[in-house]
Amino acid sequence: MYLNQFLFLAAFLFCVGVYGVLARKNGVLVLMSVELILNAVNVNLVAFGAFHNTVVGQVFALFVIAIAAAEVGVGLAIVLLIYRNKHSIDLSEVDIMKG
Amino acid sequence: MLENAWIIPALPVTSFFLILFFGKRLPGKGHELGIAAVGIAFILSCVCVSQWVAKPADYHPPAAHEASATTGEASAAPEGGEEEGIRQPVVHEVTWFETGDTTVKVGTHMDGLAVMLVFTVTLISLLVHIFSTNYMHGDRRYTHFFAALSLFTAGMLIMVTSSTTLLLLVGWEMMGLCSFMLIGHWWEEQKNSDAALKAFFTTRTGDIGLLVGLSILFVAAGNTFEISTINSKALSGDIAHGVVLAAAAALLCAVIGKSAQFPLHTWLPDAMAGPTPVSALIHAATMVVAGVYLVARLYGVFWSGFSIANGTVNPLAAVGGITIIIAALLAFVQSDIKKVLAYSTVSQLGYMVMALGVGAWTAGIFHLFTHAMFKGLLFLGAGSVSHAVHSFDMKKDMGGLKKHMPVTFWTFVIGSLALAGIPPLAGFWSKDEILVGASENGYKFFLIVGLVGAFMTACYMTRCVYLTFFGEYRGHGHPHESPIAITAPLVVLGVMAVVAGWVNFPAHAAEWFGKWTENEVFAVAGVQSHKFAPGLAFAGFLMGVGGIAAGWAYYARNWGPHRLTERSKPALRGYVFLENKYYLDYIETDLVVGSIKGPIARGAYWINQQILDAVVNGAATVSRAVARFTYDYIDQKGVDGIVNGAGVGAEEGGSVLRVLQTGRVQQYAAFLFGGVVLLGGALILFA
Repeated sequence: MYLNQFLFLAAFLFCVGVYGVLARKNGVLVLMSVELILNAVNVNLVAFGAFHNTVVGQVFALFVIAIAAAEVGVGLAIVLLIYRNKHSIDLSEVDIMKG
Repeated sequence: MLENAWIIPALPVTSFFLILFFGKRLPGKGHELGIAAVGIAFILSCVCVSQWVAKPADYHPPAAHEASATTGEASAAPEGGEEEGIRQPVVHEVTWFETGDTTVKVGTHMDGLAVMLVFTVTLISLLVHIFSTNYMHGDRRYTHFFAALSLFTAGMLIMVTSSTTLLLLVGWEMMGLCSFMLIGHWWEEQKNSDAALKAFFTTRTGDIGLLVGLSILFVAAGNTFEISTINSKALSGDIAHGVVLAAAAALLCAVIGKSAQFPLHTWLPDAMAGPTPVSALIHAATMVVAGVYLVARLYGVFWSGFSIANGTVNPLAAVGGITIIIAALLAFVQSDIKKVLAYSTVSQLGYMVMALGVGAWTAGIFHLFTHAMFKGLLFLGAGSVSHAVHSFDMKKDMGGLKKHMPVTFWTFVIGSLALAGIPPLAGFWSKDEILVGASENGYKFFLIVGLVGAFMTACYMTRCVYLTFFGEYRGHGHPHESPIAITAPLVVLGVMAVVAGWVNFPAHAAEWFGKWTENEVFAVAGVQSHKFAPGLAFAGFLMGVGGIAAGWAYYARNWGPHRLTERSKPALRGYVFLENKYYLDYIETDLVVGSIKGPIARGAYWINQQILDAVVNGAATVSRAVARFTYDYIDQKGVDGIVNGAGVGAEEGGSVLRVLQTGRVQQYAAFLFGGVVLLGGALILFA
């Protein structure tokens, strides 16, 4: 088994995710990109777990998935509230926390 | 069951919460929950009793230290060839919390005393619950009443089963709170809420002593709340005598407050403002016997603290003796039936405290047991009477009720005879044991006090029975016998008032009660239980009969000097003195509280103005000079420099960093990823 293939896949996903988080304006797409980053990590975890022949990686991945679900729930709720207040989910317009 | 005795107090606690939250929705408005919980607790306590009695008496507690054996030859350490031991107490504890090297445990400690009280409390409480379903019917706070009854019972049960002084304190305070709630049950009337406050504050005054005493014992016994450890250390002389004496004196304050002893007994007659079942519960099984129980439970402390074995006057016996006489005198001038009984309770509690004070431990708690039965009976009887005539005034609204209320009449008479000490009813046996204990331990004076008290008790109870049940009916309407929910508890208690004394029947190989209740303190200290003395018993009996005869002759037959108060000035003064309850209320409210408010407050004000102010002013002048210097040089120049410097630094730094706070999420994310990249790079480069 070649670990490299999985690591490349994960690195690619990670980069796509980082690009999405940093560059997209749409709040929902930013959240989706965050999910991509998390899944990149999951791929890594499962791959290393399989490589070392343990289930720890998979267990950890399951944890990440569960927590990601909760996180995205909160995130979407925030996006929804932003939409209600601003009638837009453009993140560049949301800067009321400006110091 | 003895192992799991915690279930017994847990039941009424549970029912308290259930009644509070769900009581109003139930068909019986909550009383079924209370009755069920207390009923189960009663059955369980019966199981406890049978298991305790079946327990082999083969436990020999480690012998007392030499130090306590020297407390006097009179105490006569137990003979060498003692064939029988005592029953080993069943202790079941869990660790509550640990702090430092002190482990605080909670648990149950079941011995004869605890088992006896658990039985008594649950029995009386159950009957009071049943009684209340009718007596309180239609009351506007019916559900709350039952919730409070449950909590009250729980408080007493927690206290008697507790193995530590900490839990004992919890139960004690729960009862204080519940008595406040129940005495003030009809708080819309000013009189009732005043009485509730008075009961609460008066017992509170004594409770300070409890806190102080328990704290002293906690430290003195080596950071432990364990009652058995405290007792054995107090007895063995591990704790200095002065410390034990201080603790015992502090605890005595608590006993005086809670058990309504002279001079803090004034709250108890006022507590009659509460509903009658509450009075029965407070006066028979809970609350007021808590103080007596405290003495009995921590008897090691009192025994060595007050040197009870020496046969001289000690504070415990003195308080009890004084209380017997003054409360009995007060009972003669009351026209409210419940107040007669209240003063009688105070007087009987005096007997118990005196018994413990003269070293007659078994007699004291035996009297507690029998008294619970007949005093519960008398209070419920008074409740039944007032239910019929809608009044408590014996002189105005009662009389001639004998033919209208036969069940109440007969049970009330049985209770009165038991209280008066007529054989073979309960009170005779226990009162006689107290007298025997006083005489054999060398407390001759208290023997006389006890006999005089017995005479007076018989006399005022005769007056009470005569005014209530004989003669012509003086009230309005047609009184009728109370329904079954009220008469059934009366009959049960009537039977108990007859037979309760027989458990310590002084025959060969009998005196079960004494054997069942023997505990470690009893064995270690060498407290003696006394044999039945026919001579004294006869004297006590004569006093009882004489009291009844005298009372009957005076009140029913009109013999003797009547209208004495109108003819003789001293008698009138005496009567007024009694009617005003020795002016104790005035002494307490006007003299003590008033003097604190008045002269002492004024004096304090003068001292404040003249002396303290001068000192303060002088000090102020000096400190102003110092302060000026400090302000000008140290504060303004030194400290302010640092503070301002810090402020300016923060402000400057803030305005630089402010630029970074754009409020845009994605920029933050970029910083985050940048930071991660930097950290990762550092890791690769330097690790």
